[in-house]
Amino acid sequence: MAAKRVQFSSPFLPYLFLAPQLAIIFVFFYWPSIQAIQSSFYLEDPFGFGATFVGMSNYTDVLKSSEYLGIARFTAIFTALVTFFALSIGLLLAVKADGVIRGNSAYKTLLIWVYAIAPPVAGLIGMMFFDQHIGPIVELARWFGWDIKVGLDYFDTAFAMIVVSVWKQIPYNFIFFLSGLQGIPVSVREAAAIDCRSGLRRFWTVILPLLAPTAFFLLIINVTYALFDTFGIIDVMVKDKAANNPITLVYKVYMDGFRGNDLGGSSAQSVILMIIVFVLTVFQFRLIERRVHYN
Amino acid sequence: MLKTISLAALALAFSTTASFAATNITWWHGMAGRNGEVINEVAQKFNASQSACALTPVSKGTYEEALASGIAAFRSGEQPNILQVFDAGAATIINAKGAVIPAEDLINKAGYNFDRNAFIDGVRYFYADAEGKFVGMPFNSSAPIMYINDEALKKAGVEAPKTWEEFEAIAPKLKGAGFIPLVQSQLTWQFTENFFSRNNVQFATNNNGYDSVVDTKLNVTDPNLEMMFEKLKAWKDQGHFAFYGAGWNDNQKVFEEGKAALWIGSSGSFGGLQKTAQMPFSATFLPYWGSIKGAGTNSFIGGAALFAMSGKSDEENKCVARFFQFLTSPEIQYFYHKSTGYVAITKAAYELAEKDGYYKEKPVAEVGIKQLLLPAGEWSKGYRLGFYPQIREIMEREYGRIFSGETTVKDALETIENEGNELLARFAKTAG
Repeated sequence: MAAKRVQFSSPFLPYLFLAPQLAIIFVFFYWPSIQAIQSSFYLEDPFGFGATFVGMSNYTDVLKSSEYLGIARFTAIFTALVTFFALSIGLLLAVKADGVIRGNSAYKTLLIWVYAIAPPVAGLIGMMFFDQHIGPIVELARWFGWDIKVGLDYFDTAFAMIVVSVWKQIPYNFIFFLSGLQGIPVSVREAAAIDCRSGLRRFWTVILPLLAPTAFFLLIINVTYALFDTFGIIDVMVKDKAANNPITLVYKVYMDGFRGNDLGGSSAQSVILMIIVFVLTVFQFRLIERRVHYN
Repeated sequence: MLKTISLAALALAFSTTASFAATNITWWHGMAGRNGEVINEVAQKFNASQSACALTPVSKGTYEEALASGIAAFRSGEQPNILQVFDAGAATIINAKGAVIPAEDLINKAGYNFDRNAFIDGVRYFYADAEGKFVGMPFNSSAPIMYINDEALKKAGVEAPKTWEEFEAIAPKLKGAGFIPLVQSQLTWQFTENFFSRNNVQFATNNNGYDSVVDTKLNVTDPNLEMMFEKLKAWKDQGHFAFYGAGWNDNQKVFEEGKAALWIGSSGSFGGLQKTAQMPFSATFLPYWGSIKGAGTNSFIGGAALFAMSGKSDEENKCVARFFQFLTSPEIQYFYHKSTGYVAITKAAYELAEKDGYYKEKPVAEVGIKQLLLPAGEWSKGYRLGFYPQIREIMEREYGRIFSGETTVKDALETIENEGNELLARFAKTAG
């Protein structure tokens, strides 16, 4: 079968169509990235009067710092947990909603609307649930003898951050999983139902492999979500004061660059973060994508 | 016909612009809510008082955000005429030589008289250079003071403590009466920076950082500060002190609800506290240690100052000077003092408020100023430390770890000193 090809009358025309998008990417991504890489090699006075070339010392300073390594460790755990729970709960709800015949749209709407909430608002709502003085979750936990102190206790704050971040991301995963499930042909399902009586087994051997492309896409989206988009939630939860609370790497970049005015150190951290994301993406595409069947 | 009309319109347009040929100046600040509204009122008063200059205040969010936007604007040549910078950011802007015109030079150049002695003692040095020349113009100034839940003290039958020794004596009685004896709202400000000033202990080498940024080192492992935090930890374990986290309001709330007997907050909290406190309250000075020799000196100011940014025309700079003069006039200072709870920064304004009987009506409003007017010690003038907002972060983290039992006081202070000194050395390189 011959591949379909769109023919352009002029060889420049496709580039012209791409130009606006490329310009935006250049201005808002490549240009700042190049600047960040450049300033990560300098120690700069905040007002821009002088910059001293310091080579790799911004990087070595950061990587030697035990505080930074601690934040990196927390970021890894946080990302793994948020991604795992957001994906698995989203999938579970999608499978259950897909099985519902009556009131189907009501369930979907109820689950989806959370996605319309902006992250800082989600953080704010979460903060109210976990508030030391008025939070209902805190009241509930006290019944079981757990005195939750968000903003004071490292573990409790981490717990609250993960719960709110997961809660915020579930609807997104739910939408994609649900449409993925509904894209599975009825004939396949019927055939599976004849071959295999156990619902769980049917799910593992037939449905899940067919959902793999969706799941892979969501995995990457969720990892980047946990790494970057949870910024607003963290900001509201720690109320601008990291203190003895857990924060992620991207929040540390903000703290050092915008609050501490250490531009060189902050740039070095953002370059490190870029490298981590790059490595992670390559890893995902190389290793995990092999197990994904698209057709 | 059309031509005449348009000509007339043109003439009219010219005449109106001529009559409103005011020099426009902008003022970026980091205040929101009620305090932001008061700033707009101050600007309106200034614009109404004369016709040569028109001032536009712009809120840039929080203190940190205002400083960050001011820096970004300066780098692209779009800086405002006046930038409000908070206490912890002072070193950043003062050490950036050429970013600002020292307020004193600006005012003198515009032909006004500038008298350093007109300012109250605790205010005079904080935004000045080592020679005492004002670099920033102190604007909203506050002092950490101790608010008192009158009912709690009455119930326990005790007097408000002047020293921490006295506090130790009354704390069990306050606890026995069913109150949390002590809470506070910002450990770095109240139990570090102002601990050093109130007890007259050196905070950092190089004259607390005023003399030079090179080789400046923190002195937070000082045995006196170690003793303070050992005590705080012990008080917390005995239930004499409670800590609800680094957030200001988490700690203030307990006092507002009448659960705590004593709360160390800002003199600038007075305005809001009058509305939120659910019980009668009064206030007194931040306690000091009777056991430390020479303790009991004044505390220095917190809050923020206004900086005149460089790279502006002479005409605009004159307007800024004019505004600074206007701002420090007793009437405006008194107005600002009354509307916000921040202290009056000049002696004349303080006298005006006194004469007006304001302190008879609201004695709490006077506590902050009185504390700033106490005799100054060698180490109560302030501090000038680079990357200081980050150093504060380290302190907040380690203090939190002390109270949760993750670390000892000795280890925590050592960590602060080591990490803080590294930051100071980094800053010296950027400013060098």
